[in-house]
Amino acid sequence: MGRAAAASDRFWRNVTLAPALALFVLLTALPLIELALLSFHDVDWAGGVSTWRSTGISHYVALAGDNLFRVSILNTLLFSAIAVTGEMVLGFFLALLTTSVGRGRTIYRTVFLLPILMPGIIIGAIWKLMYSFDFGVINEIVTLVGLTPRDWLGDSHFALASIIVVDIWHWTPFCFLLMLASLESLPDDVFEAAEIDGASYWQILRAITLPLMLPSILVTFVFRLILAFKVFDEVYLLTGGGPGTSTEVISFTIYRRFFTEDRVGYGAAMSVTTFVLIAILIVAVIALTRRRASTS
Amino acid sequence: MSVTATRQSTFLRHALLILAAIIVLFPFLWITAAAFKTQIALLMGRVLFAPTLHNFADVLFSSTSDYVRNFTNSLIIGLASTALVLFVATLAAFSLNRMKWPNWVMHSMLGWAVIFHMVPPITLASAWYSMFRPIGLDNSYLGLILAHATLNLPMALWMMGVFVRDVPGELIEAARIAGAEIPTILARVIVPLVRPGLAATGILTFIFSWNEFPVSLTLTQRQTATVPVAIGKYAQENTIAFSGMAAASVLSMLPAVILLIIAQRFIVRGLTSGAVK
Repeated sequence: MGRAAAASDRFWRNVTLAPALALFVLLTALPLIELALLSFHDVDWAGGVSTWRSTGISHYVALAGDNLFRVSILNTLLFSAIAVTGEMVLGFFLALLTTSVGRGRTIYRTVFLLPILMPGIIIGAIWKLMYSFDFGVINEIVTLVGLTPRDWLGDSHFALASIIVVDIWHWTPFCFLLMLASLESLPDDVFEAAEIDGASYWQILRAITLPLMLPSILVTFVFRLILAFKVFDEVYLLTGGGPGTSTEVISFTIYRRFFTEDRVGYGAAMSVTTFVLIAILIVAVIALTRRRASTS
Repeated sequence: MSVTATRQSTFLRHALLILAAIIVLFPFLWITAAAFKTQIALLMGRVLFAPTLHNFADVLFSSTSDYVRNFTNSLIIGLASTALVLFVATLAAFSLNRMKWPNWVMHSMLGWAVIFHMVPPITLASAWYSMFRPIGLDNSYLGLILAHATLNLPMALWMMGVFVRDVPGELIEAARIAGAEIPTILARVIVPLVRPGLAATGILTFIFSWNEFPVSLTLTQRQTATVPVAIGKYAQENTIAFSGMAAASVLSMLPAVILLIIAQRFIVRGLTSGAVK
């Protein structure tokens, strides 16, 4: 191929990448840079014109002593840890069960796919009605089994747990689906060999299935963790962060700084700090699980 | 294991799976039943009731309801952002995987996609809002279409990469030797071969755009509001009209249900691509 062809290749190589690059630069990199700059400023609106006032690092100093921010970070961590662990464990065992039955596999999978595809806000609306103190079906069931009906979303002892239940219901199917795909892609011959050697079901699970599935378990776990940190829709609809601060999660706190209190500089500092915290946490989780994987 | 023991354990497994399926389905069935109840029947918690279409009629045709407009907005934004994402992601996936970029280019593009994916959308929403407002893109279709395309681009880039890499390199080489230019190769070789990938990516992108809430909430007003925004606001402001909310919820789930019925294969393939490899 001649020089003309090489030049034409380089041209098309750039042209085909350009749209994606443009979207990334204009709509992700630039906004994030602006967010970082914004976190050192206060913005005043006067007559449709915004003026930036430098505040130095004062937003970050204020953030360090902000109790609400601390509470919302802790709530988000608690929410993510419990919900994602529950989803992974349930999803894994459901996938194991599904691969062990011959018939009906596709039907179960279709049913379990349903929640993954539904809008979070609709899920919130459904569960808000189900949790209702006066006519909700949850309290009917609770009364039926002889327990006291409660105001699940309005009681600060139960609100976060109630949202975790919704999240587990919503996302266990996603973990199930990925675990199922991973289980189905495992090589059959290893299992046949183990069975011939007389290994028991639990021995095979511990010594073969789990180690082979570890990479996909890790990917699913990290993926779900990232999504769980972003939780917003359900909280917006179910509790709005209350009662008190019991379900205040980080996305919701940031939302209120920006859009109901109009404190964009402070909100930006919160966003930047949250982003750094999430990045550190994800890297730590990956490093930790990798180490566990290589030592076991 | 004896035959009866095997049979018993199969029975137990199905029993557990059916229980799980009931738990998954129950909220959907309950909300659908609620949508056909009168407000009174719902508040009284009646199990047996005379079904009514009144709630649906209210949501769809009442002069105070914007639902049809919200539904149309969601369709327009979902379809347009999906088309944009597919176009951009297919080109980029081809470029990154087949055009011999230096390694650092590929790694920084995909690395950036991963990092961007970690940012809560609400943090970007505020930045987008302040960027879009001066140029009149807030409260416009175009603004939200661009935003949704950007949100879904990392996933699409990832998925289309998997599918483009599956295209045999010899096919591309053969086309080049026959004298085909890059655009021809893309249109005649790549696109026909990655069609299942386009379907999987497109369906998921559409569903995620349809479901997206925080960014739509901040970038739209009444005329451009999507379905989740309308329902979210309605549910927060109204603590009374439960049966109307149930009917609107049921209608909003229809697109995903229809896609699940006609294209389950693609959805499963899309959701699991990459995670297994």
